[in-house]
Amino acid sequence: MTDYNFAYLDEQTKRMIRRAILKGLAVPGYQVPFASREMPMPYGWGTGGVQVSAAVMTPEDRFKVIDQGSDDTTNAVSIRRFFERTADVAVTEETQEATVIQTRHRIPETPLEAGQILVYQVPIPEPLRFLEPSEVETRKMHSLEEYGLMHVKLYEDISQHGAIATAYAYPVMVQDRYVMDPSPIPKFDNPKLHSPAIQLFGAGREQRIYAVPPFTKVVSLDFEDFPFEASKAAGACALCGADNSYLDEVIMDDAGHRMFVCSDTDFCTTRRAQGHVGAEGVPS
Amino acid sequence: MKDMIQDTDVLLSVRGLSKFYGARIGCAEVSFDLFPGEVMGIVGESGSGKSTLLNCMAGHLTPDRGEVFFAGRDGGLRDTLRMSEPERRMLGRTDWAFVHQHARDGLRMNVSAGGNVGERLMAVGARHYGAIRDSAVDWLGRVEIAEDRIDDRPTAFSGGMQQRLQIARNLITGPRLVFMDEPTGGLDVSVQARLLDLLRGLVREMGLSAVIVTHDLAVVRLLADRLMVMKDGHVVESGLTDQVLDDPQHGYTQLLVSSVLQV
Ligand SMILES: [Zn+2]
Repeated sequence: MTDYNFAYLDEQTKRMIRRAILKGLAVPGYQVPFASREMPMPYGWGTGGVQVSAAVMTPEDRFKVIDQGSDDTTNAVSIRRFFERTADVAVTEETQEATVIQTRHRIPETPLEAGQILVYQVPIPEPLRFLEPSEVETRKMHSLEEYGLMHVKLYEDISQHGAIATAYAYPVMVQDRYVMDPSPIPKFDNPKLHSPAIQLFGAGREQRIYAVPPFTKVVSLDFEDFPFEASKAAGACALCGADNSYLDEVIMDDAGHRMFVCSDTDFCTTRRAQGHVGAEGVPS
Repeated sequence: MKDMIQDTDVLLSVRGLSKFYGARIGCAEVSFDLFPGEVMGIVGESGSGKSTLLNCMAGHLTPDRGEVFFAGRDGGLRDTLRMSEPERRMLGRTDWAFVHQHARDGLRMNVSAGGNVGERLMAVGARHYGAIRDSAVDWLGRVEIAEDRIDDRPTAFSGGMQQRLQIARNLITGPRLVFMDEPTGGLDVSVQARLLDLLRGLVREMGLSAVIVTHDLAVVRLLADRLMVMKDGHVVESGLTDQVLDDPQHGYTQLLVSSVLQV
């Protein structure tokens, strides 16, 4: 542990990343290039998010990692251990207790508060990429606010599926200026992008950082006759009975028995501890 | 010079447009006026500078000298070469259209026919799916593409269909000026004839103003009101289309018309 600086990255690198973060906060939704460093984990394991977390972390922080809503996947555990080892930072699974939360694919159900920082791991930061492969051209489109192409994507969705089928990484307009990819969170989470917390997005392989400051206006793109819907699987959590949380379908046994449960494990655990019981849950 | 052209109803005014590639001339000192509803044909062999000229006018290439004035909707003439890039790009997706020789240069091949045709509407703020789709259906019909192909990608279309799709994609926003670069090039003769017929109908019906570059005299014979003949970057002869083709004055035009130089 003494081989590393606090939170692994050297201070000069952290300053460079902080400058990118501050620029991102000053221009909400704008993708700021940064010199991504090699991290002791492969790309795809959240190296962008890890670098952002390292740059904002202080010894007093309480750190939480969620992967698809869960605190105990291999990915979440390894990132949490990484900061326990390199920063000796306190960790928690409770959303309310955490000061820095690194996430992949979800925003916690428990509303975030002022003072909290949510760090997203981003695989592909450029929302225009799928239709316009040229980086030069997409940059120009951002700078000139030429965003018609985003609606072409939604048009294609409707023409093929009868509805906007984009379920993850649903594009948003930030503060009436930049179209942004909110990372592969389910569109159910999009309304939570308007938040009292600071939201930072890190893409390691693509070397981009962007940000949504507290209470920034974030609007999901749509058509007048096909308005945005923050949809989720119908029904309630089988364990805690919540009907307002994002549900995952899980296979329970070898017989293929399935049920829907909260994707946010902390949210579900907390509810069960409070005495809420779902159709297939047992009182705790 | 500005005074000369200010009190006319000219739509496009090109003045002394020149482009050099090192010591080689791309196009030199080209000037002409285009009036609303008029089609200007530019003919010449490959290497004559006609494509360079077209791309300079449309803002795809930066000329070394000259001006390209375009009449805004308020009637005032604006030098399109000196307007800001955002303004020029806005012009490019509203009042101007550009039909490429190769349809794949002007289409999004991974987007359905309907998405291709609707893109310009969405680019200028259309946000009602049903209305966009209705316009796309209408425009596919106008270029003789069956409605049930609306969700197919252009990759599933023949060359002629792709070119008709590109034309629909460009005309849907009612552009006031259309640039066309060899619109029938690379197509089979029978397909060319059908496309030409369609273009003639659209030009008449919509009162299109257009600048068409081609090496094919049949195209300008059918579509162009006036003609410029280019050789080695210079305009060697210009006039009413029938006049130039039926009674060519310049030796080079005479060779072109007698088919000696037909490519
Ligand atoms: Zn639950």
